[in-house]
Amino acid sequence: MATQDFDSIGIVSARRAHFDTPLSLRSGAVLDNYELVYETYGELNAERSNAVLICHALSGNHHVAGVYADNPKNTGWWNNMIGPGKPVDTRKFFVIGINNLGGCHGSTGPVSINDRTGKRYGQDFPLVTTSDWAKTYIRFADQFGIDRFAAVMGGSLGGMSAMQLALDAPERVRHAIVVAAAARLTAQNIAFNDVARQAILTDPDFHGGDYYSHGTYPRRGLRLARMLGHITYLSDDSMASKFGRELRNGALAFNYDVEFQIESYLHHQGDKFADLFDANTYLLMTKALDYFDPSLDYDGNLSAAFARAQADFLVLSFTSDWRFSPERSRDIVKALLDNKLNVSYAEIPSAYGHDSFLMQDDYYHQLVRAYMNNIAI
Amino acid sequence: MMTTEAGRPVLTLRPDFATFAAWIRPGSSVLDLGCGDGILLRYLEDKLDIRGYGVEIDADNILACMKNGVNVIQNDLEAGLSGFEDESFDYVILSQTLQAMRNTEYIIREILRVGKEGIVSFPNFGYWKNRIQVACGNMPVSSNLPYQWYDTPNVHLCTLHDFEQLCQQHRVNILERRVTNNDGKVSFSPNLFGILAFYRISHIPD
Repeated sequence: MATQDFDSIGIVSARRAHFDTPLSLRSGAVLDNYELVYETYGELNAERSNAVLICHALSGNHHVAGVYADNPKNTGWWNNMIGPGKPVDTRKFFVIGINNLGGCHGSTGPVSINDRTGKRYGQDFPLVTTSDWAKTYIRFADQFGIDRFAAVMGGSLGGMSAMQLALDAPERVRHAIVVAAAARLTAQNIAFNDVARQAILTDPDFHGGDYYSHGTYPRRGLRLARMLGHITYLSDDSMASKFGRELRNGALAFNYDVEFQIESYLHHQGDKFADLFDANTYLLMTKALDYFDPSLDYDGNLSAAFARAQADFLVLSFTSDWRFSPERSRDIVKALLDNKLNVSYAEIPSAYGHDSFLMQDDYYHQLVRAYMNNIAI
Repeated sequence: MMTTEAGRPVLTLRPDFATFAAWIRPGSSVLDLGCGDGILLRYLEDKLDIRGYGVEIDADNILACMKNGVNVIQNDLEAGLSGFEDESFDYVILSQTLQAMRNTEYIIREILRVGKEGIVSFPNFGYWKNRIQVACGNMPVSSNLPYQWYDTPNVHLCTLHDFEQLCQQHRVNILERRVTNNDGKVSFSPNLFGILAFYRISHIPD
C-alpha cells in the first residue's frame, strides 16, 4: 500500500536556463553556450537571502524533491531531506537543484547536439571539473539575483561540489553542508572509478563514445560499472543482512546463471541503471571525482587550500561508509579547523555504507534540521 | 543576561561558568573538551565573543550543540586530539570531565599541547562530606557526585592535593586556582571545604 507523503513538496516541474557567455573550462576547452536544467522548491524571499543549492552526486540530477505530474512514481532523490517541514524546510528556504553540466538529464552534456558539427557531442564533450560546475552555479545564481547562497549542500560528489563552490566563490556561500565526501579521493577510490571506466571503454559497443551514430549502446560496460559501484556504496554488513548467502531457487544449480540473491540484486541494479543513464556522462562524472583536489595548487597542503574559504561548514560522515570513510571527512574538518572556520562534524552510526547519505535516518536528519534551523535568512 | 531554553539565567543554573568567564580573555579561541550540550560555549560566545569549538562523543550532546548553535566536533577524547595543531587555541577547557577520563595523563598532555593554556575543573573528592561518607563506610553520593559506585562514569576521582601532585610530576605549571562551594569561593582549607576545583594551567617549557 502506498502511503502518502504529507511533507512532500508535491508536484514539481523542471525548467531550463540558457547561458550564452562562453565558459572557459579547467581543461582549457571553451563551451560557447550551454543549458542547465533545474528545479526549485519554495519561494525566493525579497532579500534573496534564503537560497539553498543542492549539488548532486555521480548519478544524481536536478530532480531533488517532489514528483512529476505525469510520473508520480518518479520521486526526487533527496525527497526525504527536502520539503515542507523537512530538515531542509522549503517553507523557509528556496531550494535549487541543478543537473550538472555534462549530465544526461537535460543539461548540456555528451548526449547534446554539438552546434559546430550538428551531431551529438559524445567524447567531444570536454571533461568538466567541480571548478567548472562552481562557475556554472555562480552564473545561475546571477540570473536569479542571488548574491549569496544561504547554504550549498551535497553528498558524495555533491559534497565535493559544494566544497568547491565554497572555495572558488567564498563570498557567495554562507554555509556549506558536506555529507559523505572527501577532500580528495584516495588511490583505492580512483582505482574503483578506473575499473568502472574500463568496463565502459572496452565495451565493443562503445565506439569511442560515438555509439549514438552507430546505433549501439555500451550497455554491458555501463551495467558492470554500476554493479561495481553499487558494491562499494553498500557495506559488508548491510549486504550480509539483506542477502546473506540466500539462493534464488533454494538449491545449487551448478551453472553460471544467477544463483545467489545478491547476484540477482546487482544485475537488477545494473540493468535499471544502464537503461536510464548515458555512458559518456558516467565516464565524465567519475573523472570529476578523480580530479577533485583543492590542495593541488597548494603543494598538497589542504589547510592552505582552505585558507580562502569563508563559509561555515557542517561535515557529516557515516560509520559504515568505506568508499568515503569518516577519516576522509576528518581531513576536511582538520583543514577547516586549521583556518579557524566555523565547523561542526558528526559521524553518524549507520549500517548502509556510502548510500547512507540518501537514507531516512532520524539522527542524521535531526542534525541537518538543527543546523538549518540556525541559519538566519 | 543569557538564559536557558527554560528561561532560567545560565549563571543561576551553572555558577561554575563564572570562573571560566573570569579567566578567559574576550575575543580568544576556546576548545571545550567534553562540551556536553555546548551551553558553556554558547555562554562564552555571547558574553566574551570568543571563537569556540566543542568536542563531544555522545550523539545526543552533539545534536544539542547543533541546536545551541555552537561548533562541535565528534571525537573520542581518550584517543587524544590528533586533528588539532599545537598551540592552536588560546584556552582548552576540560570542565568536570577529568574524573571520567581513563587516559588522565595523556589528556592533560594533549590539553597543554593544543592550548596555550588549559582550564581544568573537577569535583574535589577531598570535600569533608565525601570524607565522612567514606569514613562511615560508603562511597560518597552527593549532588556533585550523583552516581552510585556501580554506575558512575567517574573512574579517576581525585583531591586537590592529588591533582597538584600530578601537575608537579608532569611539568604542569599552575597559573591560578579557584576552589568553590555552594556559597562561592573557598579560601580556608580548600582541600577539605571545597566542592569544585578550577585550575588554570600551562606547560613548563623543557
